[in-house]
Amino acid sequence: MSNENIVLVETNDKVCVITLNRPDKLNSFSDELTFQLQDALKEASKDSKAHVVIITGAGRGFCAGQDLQSRSISAEAGQRPQLGDSIKRRYNPIIVAIRRMEKPVIAAVNGVAAGAGASLALACDFRVVADNASFIQSFTKVGLIPDSGSTFLLPRLIGFTKALELMFTTDKLEAKEALELGLVNKLVPQDQVMKTALDFAGQLAKGPLKAFGLTKRAVNRAVFWDLEELLEYEASLQEIAGRSDDFQEGVKAFIEKRQPVYSGR
Amino acid sequence: MMTMTYRNILTETEDNIGIVKLNRPQVLNALNHELMSELVQALEDFDGNDNVRVIILTGSERAFAAGADITEMSDETTISIMLKDRFATWDKVRHITKPIIAAVSGYALGGGCELTMMCDIIIASETAQFGQPEINIGVIPGAGGTQRLTRVIGKHKAMEMILTGRPITAQEAYAMGLVNKIVPKELFLEEAKAVAKDIAKKSPVAVRLAKEAVLKTFDASINEGLQFERKNFYMLFSSEDQKEGMKAFLEKRPANFTGR
Repeated sequence: MSNENIVLVETNDKVCVITLNRPDKLNSFSDELTFQLQDALKEASKDSKAHVVIITGAGRGFCAGQDLQSRSISAEAGQRPQLGDSIKRRYNPIIVAIRRMEKPVIAAVNGVAAGAGASLALACDFRVVADNASFIQSFTKVGLIPDSGSTFLLPRLIGFTKALELMFTTDKLEAKEALELGLVNKLVPQDQVMKTALDFAGQLAKGPLKAFGLTKRAVNRAVFWDLEELLEYEASLQEIAGRSDDFQEGVKAFIEKRQPVYSGR
Repeated sequence: MMTMTYRNILTETEDNIGIVKLNRPQVLNALNHELMSELVQALEDFDGNDNVRVIILTGSERAFAAGADITEMSDETTISIMLKDRFATWDKVRHITKPIIAAVSGYALGGGCELTMMCDIIIASETAQFGQPEINIGVIPGAGGTQRLTRVIGKHKAMEMILTGRPITAQEAYAMGLVNKIVPKELFLEEAKAVAKDIAKKSPVAVRLAKEAVLKTFDASINEGLQFERKNFYMLFSSEDQKEGMKAFLEKRPANFTGR
């Protein structure tokens, strides 16, 4: 774990931009990145100068999800990770913080959003998406279940049957199709993503923050009433998946860059 | 409106409602002996004040009360804590005859949770948390938690809360029947006032005998309880409010209760 700043935060003209900054790893989540993002969201929530929050990624990716080479998840000799606990401590607080924040939160999806990175984008109120970006429900590739809220965010956004298709096939959902499915608020060329997000944020920042906050609270109650309970449940199921032989094989195959051979156990 | 000079609480009256606000914000309203003495004094004053019909007990948005003041207790011995009899003050809350509504936001932990359960109705903000975390510091609830919580939410849930020390959310508390209603955090006190005003319109003498009869269930057999209820019911037929209430009902008009 290092102390370097892998989450950048900058607030100008009522707009707080939070940038995931591990560009060489497509901003994949290490333990440290999840905790720094938690802190940044907590600060943004409290900061009275920040009326709108943008979350984006540095470099060509938005966020590639869990870093499979980070220590908390990699299968060390004979040891199986406790994924449920890791999700409850690392990812779920991020999703809850975004939903609870009584300010508009925009995901500026500048590139690939995979796994928990896709969940991060889906948890935001709005998505401004680069036309070459994509969303990938990559979890089952390695024998895990979609987590960090994916199992309820995605079905609520696009319906359960399309959601399950994406979850089981792990097919890339291209930005254009994501727009057709209703996942995307604004689709723009990659070099326009930040500008579009900032313009949108600037427009929202002129609005009545109090009313926006209360509106979000009401919509949360209508749509995410059981958010915390479902996040806990999802984490419990991930705990089971994390103990499976399939997950061991999935990670091993990923690291060895070969096709996994699953046993179904 | 009146304001008495207390160091740890604030009091005011609004219409026929007496409001006590716990006010030690720097320690999240930790309940020390001085605060409890002032609280009991304020409650007894309201109880004896004919202009007050219902009492509201509240804290801040952040904390109703985060617990007893541990610094006061950490060096006690069995004999010293027994001789100080700190709960004798708490026990006096039981003898308040007017309805007490707890308006709870934020933490209601340990003694704070027990204090809410000494009230008659609990209105919670969506941020409220209830818990008995005493087990985490090597003791157990001492102001009625093991008894009142068990009677309200049942043995197994009470055991879980008391043995693990884990607090529950307002939603969980609502599902268990511990709180009457959950409202947004900006409105918890107003909602408590609305409930209080509703009760304040009723006959004070009927309200008093009703509260007494409901509380009887905690220390009487069903037979004794039913007898007690019946006697209170009969007793009300010597009140002017009973005559007025039934007359107004038959005349299809609102009753004007005087408390006589």
